[in-house]
Amino acid sequence: MQAFWAIYKKELRTYFGSPIAYVVIAFYLLITGYFFYSNLAFFSLISFQAVQQPQLLNQLNVNEGVLRPLFENASIIALLIVPMLTMRLFAEEKRQGTFELLLSYPVRDIEVGLAKFASCLTVYALALAISAAHPLIVGAVSSPEISPILSGYLGMLLMGGAFIALGIFISSLTENQIVAVVSTFGTLLLIWAIGFADTFTGPTIGRILRHISIIEHFTMFAQGVIDTQHIVFYLNFVVFCLFLTMRSLESKRWRS
Amino acid sequence: MIEVKNLSKRFGNIEAVSKVSFEVQSGEVLGFLGPNGAGKTTTMRILTCFLPATEGSATVAGYDVFSEPLEVRRRIGYLPEGVPLYSELRVSEYLNFVAEVKGVPRRQRQGSVAKVLEECGLAHMTQRTVGKLSKGYRQRVGIAQALVNDPEVLILDEPTIGLDPQQIVEIRELIKNMAGRRTVILSSHILPEVNQICQRVTIINRGKIVAVDTPENLHARLQKGRALYLQVDGPLPQVQQALRGVPGVLDVAPQEMPRGDGAQPTVHAFQVTSSREVDVRRELARTVHDRQWGLLEMRPLSMSLEEIFIQLVTEEQGVA
Repeated sequence: MQAFWAIYKKELRTYFGSPIAYVVIAFYLLITGYFFYSNLAFFSLISFQAVQQPQLLNQLNVNEGVLRPLFENASIIALLIVPMLTMRLFAEEKRQGTFELLLSYPVRDIEVGLAKFASCLTVYALALAISAAHPLIVGAVSSPEISPILSGYLGMLLMGGAFIALGIFISSLTENQIVAVVSTFGTLLLIWAIGFADTFTGPTIGRILRHISIIEHFTMFAQGVIDTQHIVFYLNFVVFCLFLTMRSLESKRWRS
Repeated sequence: MIEVKNLSKRFGNIEAVSKVSFEVQSGEVLGFLGPNGAGKTTTMRILTCFLPATEGSATVAGYDVFSEPLEVRRRIGYLPEGVPLYSELRVSEYLNFVAEVKGVPRRQRQGSVAKVLEECGLAHMTQRTVGKLSKGYRQRVGIAQALVNDPEVLILDEPTIGLDPQQIVEIRELIKNMAGRRTVILSSHILPEVNQICQRVTIINRGKIVAVDTPENLHARLQKGRALYLQVDGPLPQVQQALRGVPGVLDVAPQEMPRGDGAQPTVHAFQVTSSREVDVRRELARTVHDRQWGLLEMRPLSMSLEEIFIQLVTEEQGVA
Protein backbone atom coordinates (compact mmCIF):
# COMPACT_ATOMS: atom_id res chain seq x y z
CA MET A 1 0.00 0.00 0.00
CA GLN A 2 2.87 2.34 0.82
CA ALA A 3 4.36 1.67 -2.62
CA PHE A 4 1.01 2.39 -4.27
CA TRP A 5 0.82 5.82 -2.64
CA ALA A 6 4.44 6.57 -3.40
CA ILE A 7 4.01 5.83 -7.08
CA TYR A 8 0.65 7.60 -7.18
CA LYS A 9 2.14 10.76 -5.72
CA LYS A 10 5.17 10.54 -7.99
CA GLU A 11 3.00 10.21 -11.09
CA LEU A 12 0.97 13.24 -10.07
CA ARG A 13 4.19 15.18 -9.49
CA THR A 14 5.32 14.19 -12.96
CA TYR A 15 2.03 15.30 -14.50
CA PHE A 16 2.09 18.65 -12.75
CA GLY A 17 5.87 19.09 -12.77
CA SER A 18 5.78 19.07 -16.57
CA PRO A 19 3.41 20.95 -18.86
CA ILE A 20 1.42 17.78 -19.76
CA ALA A 21 -1.38 18.07 -17.22
CA TYR A 22 -1.79 21.83 -17.69
CA VAL A 23 -1.89 21.65 -21.49
CA VAL A 24 -4.33 18.74 -21.55
CA ILE A 25 -6.66 20.24 -18.94
CA ALA A 26 -6.48 23.68 -20.57
CA PHE A 27 -7.47 22.32 -23.99
CA TYR A 28 -10.21 20.18 -22.51
CA LEU A 29 -11.66 23.27 -20.84
CA LEU A 30 -11.17 25.43 -23.92
CA ILE A 31 -13.04 23.04 -26.21
CA THR A 32 -15.82 22.16 -23.75
CA GLY A 33 -16.08 25.89 -22.97
CA TYR A 34 -16.57 26.65 -26.63
CA PHE A 35 -19.30 24.00 -26.94
CA PHE A 36 -20.91 25.26 -23.76
CA TYR A 37 -20.99 28.79 -25.12
CA SER A 38 -22.42 27.79 -28.48
CA ASN A 39 -25.05 25.52 -26.88
CA LEU A 40 -26.03 28.29 -24.48
CA ALA A 41 -26.13 30.96 -27.20
CA PHE A 42 -28.27 28.74 -29.40
CA PHE A 43 -30.59 27.94 -26.51
CA SER A 44 -31.08 31.61 -25.64
CA LEU A 45 -31.81 32.40 -29.30
CA ILE A 46 -34.52 29.73 -29.35
CA SER A 47 -35.84 31.04 -26.05
CA PHE A 48 -36.30 34.51 -27.52
CA GLN A 49 -38.14 33.07 -30.50
CA ALA A 50 -40.27 30.97 -28.15
CA VAL A 51 -41.66 34.11 -26.58
CA GLN A 52 -43.82 34.51 -29.72
CA GLN A 53 -44.80 30.80 -29.79
CA PRO A 54 -46.09 29.71 -26.38
CA GLN A 55 -46.46 26.02 -27.39
CA LEU A 56 -42.70 25.84 -27.97
CA LEU A 57 -42.01 27.35 -24.59
CA ASN A 58 -43.26 24.25 -22.81
CA GLN A 59 -40.75 22.08 -24.59
CA LEU A 60 -37.78 24.22 -23.64
CA ASN A 61 -35.69 22.71 -20.89
CA VAL A 62 -32.21 23.91 -19.97
CA ASN A 63 -31.04 20.39 -19.05
CA GLU A 64 -32.10 18.99 -22.39
CA GLY A 65 -31.14 22.05 -24.39
CA VAL A 66 -27.72 22.91 -22.99
CA LEU A 67 -26.30 20.36 -20.60
CA ARG A 68 -27.15 17.06 -22.24
CA PRO A 69 -25.61 18.04 -25.61
CA LEU A 70 -22.64 19.41 -23.66
CA PHE A 71 -22.09 16.03 -21.97
CA GLU A 72 -22.21 14.32 -25.34
CA ASN A 73 -19.68 16.77 -26.78
CA ALA A 74 -17.50 16.36 -23.71
CA SER A 75 -17.46 12.56 -24.08
CA ILE A 76 -15.91 12.93 -27.55
CA ILE A 77 -13.39 15.48 -26.29
CA ALA A 78 -12.45 13.09 -23.49
CA LEU A 79 -11.84 10.43 -26.11
CA LEU A 80 -9.41 12.84 -27.78
CA ILE A 81 -7.49 13.96 -24.71
CA VAL A 82 -7.24 10.82 -22.57
CA PRO A 83 -4.68 9.14 -24.89
CA MET A 84 -2.40 12.16 -24.33
CA LEU A 85 -2.52 11.52 -20.61
CA THR A 86 -1.94 7.77 -20.77
CA MET A 87 0.66 7.54 -23.52
CA ARG A 88 3.73 8.10 -21.37
CA LEU A 89 2.70 6.04 -18.35
CA PHE A 90 4.56 2.86 -19.31
CA ALA A 91 6.09 3.70 -22.70
CA GLU A 92 8.26 6.47 -21.29
CA GLU A 93 9.42 4.37 -18.33
CA LYS A 94 10.47 1.60 -20.62
CA ARG A 95 12.26 3.87 -23.05
CA GLN A 96 14.15 5.69 -20.29
CA GLY A 97 15.02 2.45 -18.50
CA THR A 98 13.44 3.69 -15.29
CA PHE A 99 11.09 0.73 -15.44
CA GLU A 100 13.93 -1.67 -14.72
CA LEU A 101 14.88 0.38 -11.69
CA LEU A 102 11.27 0.63 -10.51
CA LEU A 103 10.94 -3.14 -10.68
CA SER A 104 14.08 -3.61 -8.60
CA TYR A 105 12.14 -2.00 -5.73
CA PRO A 106 9.90 -4.19 -3.57
CA VAL A 107 6.70 -3.44 -5.52
CA ARG A 108 4.14 -5.69 -7.16
CA ASP A 109 3.21 -5.10 -10.79
CA ILE A 110 -0.40 -4.59 -9.76
CA GLU A 111 0.56 -1.77 -7.39
CA VAL A 112 2.42 -0.05 -10.23
CA GLY A 113 -0.52 -0.48 -12.62
CA LEU A 114 -3.15 0.68 -10.15
CA ALA A 115 -1.10 3.67 -9.02
CA LYS A 116 -0.64 4.82 -12.60
CA PHE A 117 -4.34 4.30 -13.31
CA ALA A 118 -5.36 6.22 -10.20
CA SER A 119 -3.02 9.14 -10.88
CA CYS A 120 -4.24 9.51 -14.46
CA LEU A 121 -7.86 9.30 -13.30
CA THR A 122 -7.10 12.05 -10.77
CA VAL A 123 -5.86 14.41 -13.48
CA TYR A 124 -8.92 13.62 -15.60
CA ALA A 125 -11.24 14.11 -12.61
CA LEU A 126 -9.61 17.47 -11.98
CA ALA A 127 -10.45 18.55 -15.52
CA LEU A 128 -14.05 17.39 -14.94
CA ALA A 129 -14.22 19.24 -11.65
CA ILE A 130 -13.13 22.51 -13.22
CA SER A 131 -15.66 22.02 -16.02
CA ALA A 132 -18.36 21.97 -13.31
CA ALA A 133 -18.26 25.75 -13.85
CA HIS A 134 -20.61 25.22 -16.81
CA PRO A 135 -23.59 23.81 -14.87
CA LEU A 136 -22.85 26.37 -12.16
CA ILE A 137 -23.19 29.18 -14.69
CA VAL A 138 -26.43 27.65 -15.94
CA GLY A 139 -27.57 27.39 -12.34
CA ALA A 140 -26.88 31.08 -11.81
CA VAL A 141 -29.15 32.21 -14.65
CA SER A 142 -31.71 29.40 -14.68
CA SER A 143 -32.82 26.49 -12.57
CA PRO A 144 -31.64 23.19 -14.06
CA GLU A 145 -32.35 19.83 -12.46
CA ILE A 146 -29.43 18.68 -10.32
CA SER A 147 -29.68 14.91 -10.64
CA PRO A 148 -29.06 14.60 -14.43
CA ILE A 149 -25.98 16.76 -13.95
CA LEU A 150 -24.65 14.49 -11.21
CA SER A 151 -25.39 11.33 -13.19
CA GLY A 152 -23.72 12.93 -16.22
CA TYR A 153 -20.55 13.55 -14.25
CA LEU A 154 -20.63 10.03 -12.80
CA GLY A 155 -20.89 8.73 -16.37
CA MET A 156 -18.00 10.94 -17.52
CA LEU A 157 -15.86 9.59 -14.69
CA LEU A 158 -16.67 5.94 -15.41
CA MET A 159 -16.22 6.35 -19.14
CA GLY A 160 -12.96 8.23 -18.62
CA GLY A 161 -11.76 5.41 -16.38
CA ALA A 162 -12.42 2.96 -19.20
CA PHE A 163 -10.52 5.16 -21.68
CA ILE A 164 -7.60 5.45 -19.25
CA ALA A 165 -7.45 1.70 -18.60
CA LEU A 166 -7.27 1.00 -22.32
CA GLY A 167 -4.63 3.72 -22.75
CA ILE A 168 -2.52 2.21 -19.97
CA PHE A 169 -2.73 -1.23 -21.54
CA ILE A 170 -1.61 0.10 -24.92
CA SER A 171 1.17 2.14 -23.31
CA SER A 172 2.46 -1.06 -21.70
CA LEU A 173 2.81 -2.67 -25.13
CA THR A 174 5.26 -0.20 -26.61
CA GLU A 175 8.29 1.91 -25.83
CA ASN A 176 7.20 4.64 -28.20
CA GLN A 177 4.82 7.32 -26.96
CA ILE A 178 3.64 8.27 -30.45
CA VAL A 179 2.74 4.66 -31.17
CA ALA A 180 0.91 4.54 -27.82
CA VAL A 181 -1.10 7.71 -28.39
CA VAL A 182 -2.09 6.89 -31.97
CA SER A 183 -3.08 3.30 -31.17
CA THR A 184 -5.05 4.34 -28.10
CA PHE A 185 -6.88 7.05 -29.98
CA GLY A 186 -7.52 4.76 -32.96
CA THR A 187 -8.82 1.92 -30.77
CA LEU A 188 -11.10 4.22 -28.79
CA LEU A 189 -12.47 5.78 -31.95
CA LEU A 190 -13.10 2.35 -33.42
CA ILE A 191 -14.93 0.95 -30.39
CA TRP A 192 -17.01 4.11 -30.29
CA ALA A 193 -17.86 4.11 -34.00
CA ILE A 194 -18.56 0.37 -34.10
CA GLY A 195 -21.97 1.13 -32.59
CA PHE A 196 -22.95 3.07 -35.75
CA ALA A 197 -22.93 -0.18 -37.72
CA ASP A 198 -26.22 -1.26 -36.13
CA THR A 199 -28.11 0.55 -38.90
CA PHE A 200 -27.19 -2.11 -41.46
CA THR A 201 -26.19 -5.21 -39.49
CA GLY A 202 -29.60 -6.38 -38.40
CA PRO A 203 -31.09 -6.38 -34.92
CA THR A 204 -29.04 -9.11 -33.18
CA ILE A 205 -25.53 -8.12 -34.24
CA GLY A 206 -26.56 -4.50 -34.02
CA ARG A 207 -27.38 -4.91 -30.34
CA ILE A 208 -24.05 -6.58 -29.66
CA LEU A 209 -22.14 -3.86 -31.49
CA ARG A 210 -24.06 -1.16 -29.68
CA HIS A 211 -23.23 -2.87 -26.43
CA ILE A 212 -19.51 -2.87 -27.23
CA SER A 213 -19.58 0.77 -28.29
CA ILE A 214 -17.86 2.56 -25.46
CA ILE A 215 -19.74 5.87 -25.62
CA GLU A 216 -23.16 4.26 -26.19
CA HIS A 217 -23.31 3.42 -22.49
CA PHE A 218 -22.68 7.02 -21.59
CA THR A 219 -25.80 8.43 -23.29
CA MET A 220 -28.04 7.08 -20.54
CA PHE A 221 -25.94 8.80 -17.88
CA ALA A 222 -26.19 12.07 -19.83
CA GLN A 223 -29.98 11.68 -19.86
CA GLY A 224 -29.98 11.33 -16.10
CA VAL A 225 -30.48 7.55 -15.95
CA ILE A 226 -28.16 5.56 -13.70
CA ASP A 227 -28.47 1.97 -14.79
CA THR A 228 -26.25 -0.65 -13.13
CA GLN A 229 -25.65 -2.47 -16.42
CA HIS A 230 -23.77 0.57 -17.74
CA ILE A 231 -21.81 0.96 -14.53
CA VAL A 232 -20.90 -2.71 -14.67
CA PHE A 233 -19.86 -2.37 -18.32
CA TYR A 234 -17.37 0.39 -17.55
CA LEU A 235 -16.03 -1.32 -14.43
CA ASN A 236 -15.61 -4.57 -16.34
CA PHE A 237 -13.82 -2.73 -19.10
CA VAL A 238 -11.39 -1.18 -16.58
CA VAL A 239 -10.68 -4.48 -14.82
CA PHE A 240 -10.20 -6.31 -18.12
CA CYS A 241 -7.75 -3.71 -19.46
CA LEU A 242 -5.76 -3.64 -16.22
CA PHE A 243 -5.64 -7.43 -16.26
CA LEU A 244 -4.25 -7.31 -19.80
CA THR A 245 -1.71 -4.74 -18.65
CA MET A 246 -0.46 -7.07 -15.93
CA ARG A 247 -0.12 -9.92 -18.42
CA SER A 248 1.71 -7.65 -20.83
CA LEU A 249 4.22 -6.53 -18.19
CA GLU A 250 4.77 -10.12 -17.15
CA SER A 251 5.32 -11.39 -20.68
CA LYS A 252 7.78 -8.57 -21.40
CA ARG A 253 9.98 -9.93 -18.67
CA TRP A 254 9.84 -13.47 -19.92
CA ARG A 255 10.56 -12.57 -23.49
CA SER A 256 12.98 -9.64 -23.29
CA MET B 1 25.34 -13.47 0.90
CA ILE B 2 24.89 -14.07 -2.81
CA GLU B 3 24.98 -17.53 -4.29
CA VAL B 4 24.68 -18.21 -8.00
CA LYS B 5 24.57 -21.75 -9.27
CA ASN B 6 24.73 -22.86 -12.90
CA LEU B 7 22.87 -19.81 -14.04
CA SER B 8 21.99 -19.66 -17.73
CA LYS B 9 19.96 -17.17 -19.72
CA ARG B 10 19.05 -17.61 -23.35
CA PHE B 11 17.47 -14.99 -25.57
CA GLY B 12 16.18 -17.04 -28.48
CA ASN B 13 19.24 -18.82 -29.79
CA ILE B 14 21.72 -16.52 -28.14
CA GLU B 15 23.10 -17.71 -24.85
CA ALA B 16 23.84 -14.51 -22.97
CA VAL B 17 24.88 -16.22 -19.74
CA SER B 18 25.92 -19.83 -19.67
CA LYS B 19 26.28 -21.96 -16.54
CA VAL B 20 27.67 -19.19 -14.37
CA SER B 21 28.38 -20.01 -10.72
CA PHE B 22 29.90 -17.80 -8.07
CA GLU B 23 29.51 -16.78 -4.46
CA VAL B 24 29.91 -13.47 -2.71
CA GLN B 25 30.58 -13.35 1.02
CA SER B 26 28.94 -10.83 3.28
CA GLY B 27 30.78 -7.51 3.25
CA GLU B 28 32.81 -8.35 0.18
CA VAL B 29 33.24 -6.19 -2.91
CA LEU B 30 33.18 -8.34 -6.03
CA GLY B 31 34.18 -6.95 -9.39
CA PHE B 32 32.47 -8.20 -12.50
CA LEU B 33 34.81 -7.72 -15.36
CA GLY B 34 34.28 -8.36 -19.01
CA PRO B 35 34.10 -6.81 -22.45
CA ASN B 36 30.85 -5.29 -23.66
CA GLY B 37 28.19 -7.91 -24.25
CA ALA B 38 29.86 -10.49 -21.99
CA GLY B 39 26.73 -11.04 -19.90
CA LYS B 40 27.43 -8.76 -16.94
CA THR B 41 24.20 -6.79 -17.17
CA THR B 42 22.12 -9.90 -17.79
CA THR B 43 23.51 -11.57 -14.68
CA MET B 44 22.77 -8.45 -12.65
CA ARG B 45 19.25 -8.24 -14.01
CA ILE B 46 18.64 -11.81 -12.93
CA LEU B 47 19.96 -11.00 -9.44
CA THR B 48 17.60 -8.02 -9.18
CA CYS B 49 14.66 -10.25 -10.24
CA PHE B 50 14.08 -8.23 -13.41
CA LEU B 51 14.72 -11.18 -15.70
CA PRO B 52 14.02 -14.80 -14.91
CA ALA B 53 16.88 -17.21 -15.55
CA THR B 54 16.46 -19.93 -18.16
CA GLU B 55 18.26 -22.44 -15.96
CA GLY B 56 20.01 -22.56 -12.63
CA SER B 57 19.33 -20.73 -9.41
CA ALA B 58 20.41 -17.61 -7.58
CA THR B 59 19.84 -16.63 -3.98
CA VAL B 60 20.39 -13.23 -2.40
CA ALA B 61 20.55 -13.05 1.40
CA GLY B 62 19.06 -16.53 1.54
CA TYR B 63 16.04 -15.76 -0.67
CA ASP B 64 15.57 -17.24 -4.11
CA VAL B 65 15.32 -14.57 -6.82
CA PHE B 66 12.65 -16.49 -8.66
CA SER B 67 10.31 -17.63 -5.90
CA GLU B 68 10.70 -14.76 -3.41
CA PRO B 69 11.46 -11.68 -5.51
CA LEU B 70 9.88 -9.20 -3.10
CA GLU B 71 12.08 -10.38 -0.21
CA VAL B 72 15.16 -10.12 -2.44
CA ARG B 73 14.22 -6.67 -3.70
CA ARG B 74 13.73 -5.46 -0.15
CA ARG B 75 17.38 -6.22 0.54
CA ILE B 76 19.11 -4.86 -2.52
CA GLY B 77 20.05 -1.51 -3.90
CA TYR B 78 20.50 -1.44 -7.66
CA LEU B 79 22.03 1.07 -10.02
CA PRO B 80 21.33 0.08 -13.63
CA GLU B 81 23.64 1.06 -16.44
CA GLY B 82 23.00 4.53 -17.79
CA VAL B 83 21.43 5.68 -14.50
CA PRO B 84 17.76 5.91 -15.47
CA LEU B 85 16.11 8.46 -13.17
CA TYR B 86 12.86 10.41 -13.28
CA SER B 87 14.13 13.66 -14.67
CA GLU B 88 11.04 15.76 -13.82
CA LEU B 89 11.50 15.46 -10.05
CA ARG B 90 13.75 17.41 -7.74
CA VAL B 91 16.55 15.49 -6.03
CA SER B 92 14.86 15.49 -2.62
CA GLU B 93 11.46 14.59 -4.10
CA TYR B 94 13.04 11.76 -6.01
CA LEU B 95 14.87 10.29 -3.03
CA ASN B 96 11.78 10.62 -0.85
CA PHE B 97 9.81 8.77 -3.49
CA VAL B 98 12.37 5.97 -3.64
CA ALA B 99 12.49 5.72 0.16
CA GLU B 100 8.72 5.43 0.27
CA VAL B 101 8.51 2.85 -2.52
CA LYS B 102 11.24 0.82 -0.89
CA GLY B 103 9.18 0.70 2.27
CA VAL B 104 11.26 2.87 4.58
CA PRO B 105 8.87 3.68 7.46
CA ARG B 106 7.52 7.22 7.46
CA ARG B 107 9.34 8.24 10.66
CA GLN B 108 12.73 7.18 9.39
CA ARG B 109 12.26 8.48 5.87
CA GLN B 110 13.53 11.99 6.37
CA GLY B 111 16.53 10.71 8.31
CA SER B 112 17.54 8.13 5.73
CA VAL B 113 17.17 10.58 2.84
CA ALA B 114 19.30 13.14 4.70
CA LYS B 115 21.88 10.46 5.40
CA VAL B 116 22.32 9.38 1.77
CA LEU B 117 22.32 13.01 0.61
CA GLU B 118 25.23 13.59 2.99
CA GLU B 119 27.01 10.35 2.07
CA CYS B 120 26.82 11.02 -1.65
CA GLY B 121 27.72 14.70 -1.43
CA LEU B 122 24.33 15.92 -2.59
CA ALA B 123 23.33 17.96 0.43
CA HIS B 124 23.55 21.27 -1.49
CA MET B 125 21.68 19.93 -4.53
CA THR B 126 18.35 18.91 -2.98
CA GLN B 127 16.25 21.49 -4.81
CA ARG B 128 17.73 20.86 -8.25
CA THR B 129 15.70 19.03 -10.88
CA VAL B 130 17.20 15.62 -11.59
CA GLY B 131 17.06 16.14 -15.37
CA LYS B 132 19.20 19.27 -15.13
CA LEU B 133 22.04 17.76 -13.09
CA SER B 134 25.49 17.13 -14.54
CA LYS B 135 26.44 13.55 -15.24
CA GLY B 136 28.51 13.19 -12.08
CA TYR B 137 25.69 14.39 -9.88
CA ARG B 138 23.17 12.18 -11.68
CA GLN B 139 25.42 9.25 -10.89
CA ARG B 140 25.49 10.26 -7.24
CA VAL B 141 21.71 10.48 -7.16
CA GLY B 142 21.71 7.00 -8.72
CA ILE B 143 23.93 5.67 -5.96
CA ALA B 144 21.92 7.56 -3.34
CA GLN B 145 18.67 5.93 -4.49
CA ALA B 146 20.33 2.51 -4.28
CA LEU B 147 21.47 3.22 -0.71
CA VAL B 148 18.37 4.90 0.68
CA ASN B 149 16.82 1.76 2.18
CA ASP B 150 20.14 0.81 3.77
CA PRO B 151 20.39 -2.42 1.71
CA GLU B 152 22.58 -5.35 2.60
CA VAL B 153 23.48 -5.92 -1.03
CA LEU B 154 24.42 -3.31 -3.56
CA ILE B 155 24.47 -4.09 -7.27
CA LEU B 156 26.10 -1.44 -9.43
CA ASP B 157 26.23 -1.73 -13.19
CA GLU B 158 29.08 0.36 -14.62
CA PRO B 159 28.95 2.96 -11.85
CA THR B 160 31.74 5.19 -13.15
CA ILE B 161 31.12 5.13 -16.88
CA GLY B 162 31.12 8.53 -18.53
CA LEU B 163 32.42 10.47 -15.56
CA ASP B 164 35.41 12.79 -15.51
CA PRO B 165 38.53 11.59 -13.62
CA GLN B 166 37.80 13.63 -10.51
CA GLN B 167 34.27 12.27 -10.28
CA ILE B 168 35.52 8.73 -10.90
CA VAL B 169 37.88 9.03 -7.93
CA GLU B 170 35.06 10.30 -5.73
CA ILE B 171 32.61 7.56 -6.70
CA ARG B 172 35.31 4.94 -6.16
CA GLU B 173 36.02 6.30 -2.70
CA LEU B 174 32.32 6.13 -1.95
CA ILE B 175 32.16 2.48 -2.97
CA LYS B 176 35.39 1.57 -1.20
CA ASN B 177 34.06 3.01 2.04
CA MET B 178 31.13 0.61 1.90
CA ALA B 179 33.31 -2.49 1.96
CA GLY B 180 32.71 -4.49 5.13
CA ARG B 181 29.33 -2.93 5.77
CA ARG B 182 27.62 -4.00 2.58
CA THR B 183 28.04 -6.69 0.00
CA VAL B 184 28.76 -5.06 -3.32
CA ILE B 185 28.75 -6.44 -6.85
CA LEU B 186 30.09 -4.02 -9.35
CA SER B 187 30.51 -4.44 -13.06
CA SER B 188 33.03 -2.64 -15.12
CA HIS B 189 35.06 -2.92 -18.23
CA ILE B 190 37.69 -0.61 -16.81
CA LEU B 191 40.33 -2.86 -15.31
CA PRO B 192 42.31 -0.57 -13.00
CA GLU B 193 39.04 0.40 -11.39
CA VAL B 194 38.21 -3.15 -10.45
CA ASN B 195 41.79 -3.60 -9.33
CA GLN B 196 41.44 -0.68 -6.93
CA ILE B 197 38.02 -1.22 -5.45
CA CYS B 198 37.39 -4.93 -5.42
CA GLN B 199 38.59 -7.65 -3.14
CA ARG B 200 37.75 -10.29 -5.68
CA VAL B 201 37.39 -10.23 -9.44
CA THR B 202 35.20 -12.38 -11.62
CA ILE B 203 36.22 -12.26 -15.24
CA ILE B 204 33.42 -13.07 -17.60
CA ASN B 205 33.57 -13.43 -21.35
CA ARG B 206 30.86 -14.52 -23.76
CA GLY B 207 28.58 -15.49 -20.91
CA LYS B 208 31.12 -17.74 -19.22
CA ILE B 209 33.25 -17.18 -16.15
CA VAL B 210 36.90 -17.28 -17.10
CA ALA B 211 38.47 -16.67 -13.70
CA VAL B 212 37.53 -15.80 -10.14
CA ASP B 213 40.27 -14.61 -7.81
CA THR B 214 41.74 -11.69 -5.94
CA PRO B 215 43.51 -9.16 -8.17
CA GLU B 216 46.84 -10.08 -6.48
CA ASN B 217 46.42 -13.80 -7.10
CA LEU B 218 45.51 -13.19 -10.70
CA HIS B 219 48.72 -11.22 -11.09
CA ALA B 220 50.77 -13.91 -9.43
CA ARG B 221 49.12 -16.74 -11.31
CA LEU B 222 49.71 -15.35 -14.73
CA GLN B 223 52.99 -13.60 -14.37
CA LYS B 224 55.65 -16.08 -15.29
CA GLY B 225 58.69 -14.08 -14.24
CA ARG B 226 59.66 -10.70 -12.91
CA ALA B 227 59.98 -7.88 -15.36
CA LEU B 228 62.07 -4.73 -15.03
CA TYR B 229 62.24 -1.61 -17.12
CA LEU B 230 65.64 0.01 -17.61
CA GLN B 231 66.99 3.08 -19.35
CA VAL B 232 70.71 2.95 -19.96
CA ASP B 233 73.00 5.52 -21.56
CA GLY B 234 75.35 3.40 -23.68
CA PRO B 235 75.81 1.59 -26.99
CA LEU B 236 72.78 -0.61 -27.69
CA PRO B 237 74.30 -4.00 -28.72
CA GLN B 238 76.95 -4.00 -26.00
CA VAL B 239 74.48 -3.04 -23.27
CA GLN B 240 72.10 -5.73 -24.36
CA GLN B 241 74.93 -8.25 -24.44
CA ALA B 242 76.16 -7.29 -21.00
CA LEU B 243 72.71 -7.36 -19.41
CA ARG B 244 72.06 -10.81 -20.84
CA GLY B 245 75.19 -12.00 -19.12
CA VAL B 246 73.83 -11.23 -15.65
CA PRO B 247 72.93 -14.50 -13.88
CA GLY B 248 69.20 -15.01 -13.55
CA VAL B 249 68.29 -12.85 -16.53
CA LEU B 250 66.12 -14.69 -19.03
CA ASP B 251 65.65 -12.09 -21.69
CA VAL B 252 66.57 -8.54 -22.58
CA ALA B 253 64.30 -6.85 -25.08
CA PRO B 254 65.05 -3.37 -26.41
CA GLN B 255 62.10 -1.04 -26.01
CA GLU B 256 61.14 2.08 -27.81
CA MET B 257 62.30 5.18 -25.96
CA PRO B 258 59.54 7.46 -24.80
CA ARG B 259 59.68 10.64 -26.84
CA GLY B 260 60.00 13.86 -24.94
CA ASP B 261 62.18 16.85 -24.24
CA GLY B 262 65.06 14.95 -22.71
CA ALA B 263 65.44 12.37 -25.48
CA GLN B 264 69.10 11.63 -26.08
CA PRO B 265 70.31 9.47 -28.97
CA THR B 266 72.63 7.40 -26.79
CA VAL B 267 70.00 6.39 -24.25
CA HIS B 268 68.19 3.11 -24.81
CA ALA B 269 65.35 1.40 -23.02
CA PHE B 270 65.11 -2.31 -22.21
CA GLN B 271 62.70 -4.72 -20.69
CA VAL B 272 64.55 -7.30 -18.64
CA THR B 273 62.82 -10.51 -17.66
CA SER B 274 64.26 -12.62 -14.91
CA SER B 275 63.23 -15.80 -13.18
CA ARG B 276 60.93 -15.37 -10.23
CA GLU B 277 63.35 -16.62 -7.60
CA VAL B 278 66.23 -14.18 -8.12
CA ASP B 279 66.32 -10.45 -7.59
CA VAL B 280 68.70 -9.27 -10.30
CA ARG B 281 68.45 -5.54 -9.66
CA ARG B 282 71.71 -5.11 -7.72
CA GLU B 283 73.66 -7.14 -10.23
CA LEU B 284 72.21 -5.21 -13.18
CA ALA B 285 73.10 -1.86 -11.62
CA ARG B 286 76.64 -3.07 -10.87
CA THR B 287 77.11 -4.29 -14.46
CA VAL B 288 76.05 -0.96 -15.94
CA HIS B 289 78.12 0.99 -13.45
CA ASP B 290 81.26 -1.10 -13.98
CA ARG B 291 81.25 -0.35 -17.71
CA GLN B 292 80.91 3.39 -17.18
CA TRP B 293 77.47 3.54 -18.75
CA GLY B 294 74.76 5.58 -17.15
CA LEU B 295 71.81 3.92 -15.44
CA LEU B 296 69.03 6.45 -15.86
CA GLU B 297 66.02 4.48 -14.79
CA MET B 298 65.16 1.08 -13.35
CA ARG B 299 61.70 0.08 -12.14
CA PRO B 300 59.75 -3.13 -11.76
CA LEU B 301 57.04 -3.78 -14.32
CA SER B 302 53.96 -5.58 -13.16
CA MET B 303 51.52 -7.18 -15.48
CA SER B 304 48.43 -5.02 -15.62
CA LEU B 305 44.97 -6.47 -15.31
CA GLU B 306 44.56 -5.52 -18.96
CA GLU B 307 47.24 -7.97 -19.94
CA ILE B 308 45.88 -10.62 -17.60
CA PHE B 309 42.47 -10.09 -19.04
CA ILE B 310 43.60 -10.34 -22.63
CA GLN B 311 45.66 -13.40 -21.80
CA LEU B 312 42.72 -15.13 -20.10
CA VAL B 313 40.30 -14.29 -22.82
CA THR B 314 42.62 -15.39 -25.60
CA GLU B 315 43.63 -18.54 -23.71
CA GLU B 316 40.00 -19.44 -23.45
CA GLN B 317 39.41 -18.84 -27.12
CA GLY B 318 42.45 -20.98 -27.92
CA VAL B 319 40.92 -23.89 -26.00
CA ALA B 320 37.57 -23.41 -27.68
